[in-house]
Amino acid sequence: MNNEVVISIRDLRIAFGDYKVLQGVDLDLYKGENLVVLGRSGTGKSVLIKILVGLLKADSGTITAFGQQVEELSRKELDALRLKIGFSFQNSALYDSMTVRENLEFPLVRNARNLSRKEIDQAVEEALDNVGLSQTINQMPSELSGGQRKRIGIARTLILKPEVMLYDEPTAGLDPITCIDINNLINEVKERYKTSSIVITHDLTCAKAVGDRVAMLFDGQFQRVGTFEEVFDTDDERVQQFYNYNFVEERRMS
Amino acid sequence: MNTSTTGTETASTPRRFGRMLITLSDVAGFVGQFFKEVFQPPYEFKEIIRQCYEVGVRSLPLISLTGFITGIVFTNQSRPSLAEFGATSWLPSLIAIALVRALAPLVTALIAAGRVGSNIGAELGSMRVTEQIDAMEVSATNPFKFLVVTRVLATTLMLPTLMVYTVFVGLLGAFVNVTQNEATSFLTFITDVFEAISFLDIFASLIKTFVFGFTIGMVGCYKGYNSSKGTEGVGKAANSAVVTTMFLVFIEELLALQIVNAIRGT
Repeated sequence: MNNEVVISIRDLRIAFGDYKVLQGVDLDLYKGENLVVLGRSGTGKSVLIKILVGLLKADSGTITAFGQQVEELSRKELDALRLKIGFSFQNSALYDSMTVRENLEFPLVRNARNLSRKEIDQAVEEALDNVGLSQTINQMPSELSGGQRKRIGIARTLILKPEVMLYDEPTAGLDPITCIDINNLINEVKERYKTSSIVITHDLTCAKAVGDRVAMLFDGQFQRVGTFEEVFDTDDERVQQFYNYNFVEERRMS
Repeated sequence: MNTSTTGTETASTPRRFGRMLITLSDVAGFVGQFFKEVFQPPYEFKEIIRQCYEVGVRSLPLISLTGFITGIVFTNQSRPSLAEFGATSWLPSLIAIALVRALAPLVTALIAAGRVGSNIGAELGSMRVTEQIDAMEVSATNPFKFLVVTRVLATTLMLPTLMVYTVFVGLLGAFVNVTQNEATSFLTFITDVFEAISFLDIFASLIKTFVFGFTIGMVGCYKGYNSSKGTEGVGKAANSAVVTTMFLVFIEELLALQIVNAIRGT
């Protein structure tokens, strides 16, 4: 991790009707870091990264990614930027009607049209190897487990060799062992592909395992940003409640 | 009580009208985007062919059955009326005109609306709610071009082809029924058929089914692409695609009838 800012967000605001979701968000993502965005459901974590890639439009504020202001980009420029930013969806969003191979080929053949069949096959095999699922190449998404789907979803974004990865709830709905696998994979991706990442989660185990820095979103703003220990070393009741529920209550219940 | 109901109705009418205008402008924008994207490269030929197969080849069993039965039933129902005037020899001409001008285009469009329209609505609706369309978008692929343009082109191109096929299967059904009741050879039957239909009949029906196909694809895609509210939205998209398409097909049929009649001068 160094001090070069890859993505910079300033005074970002968005509301859905009367419900103000983000109310002046400021954040910097540094090159080579894993930044975890923590917060309760409905606080706008996913909305934030969807605005980053142009899936949603903010009401106001600026996002600068790789020196370009996202909201001012043309469709073509936005597509070029999207090639540098991989997005792993909460429910994987694999194309149901395509095999794993076709899912991985899809972004590749559309964005690198001069590739030969052999090069495409190699890229697909390499991406699958990197997530440890080479054997699933001819399977349909419906034949995969939740953890496998997550991995294939990550492989599909990695095939374009992005510089930034955005993970939307990577461990949601998975068993604890698979969660650890996914956390390890996120760290491996960072090392192997030299990516900077934003990881959206409400899972503190995941945050602790992958986060170089953690940012806590409350009331539409980042209230605390720092290392995991720095963020939770506070008397703020909301932060403590969040910590206790994740680490104390969940263990007690299990 | 009455006053309050009237008041509510009065208040909701402008709101409903406003919503209708917003929907209309949405639809116009959607159609406009189609015409903007359809001529711009890259062209998704492989996907267009796959969709043509889905719309055309996969509809053949159902179209064959309904077309064949339509031919048999229409012939059977028309016979008694013609027999009263001793004019059963006109059956092939009557059936040919009915099939080419109205029955085949309508049967094909209604079958396609039920099978293809609902399929497109449900498929795109499900892709929308499971974020598959967003996944295409963020991987720098234009989902409108890949999903909407290809499907609308496929339905627009395949409906006229299916209509021609329905005419032939319908005529086959009619011939089977005719030969069971009248002493008519295949050659006589075919000659009567081709003497009865004009170039205008065939041309008008082809244009009509071209429009039906465009409508089926466009409505199915619009409903699916803009669906929301999870699985409930998917069901609504599929259902609404079929209902809206069928309604529009009948309106278009009525308009086409007026135009063709005006051309014929009748």
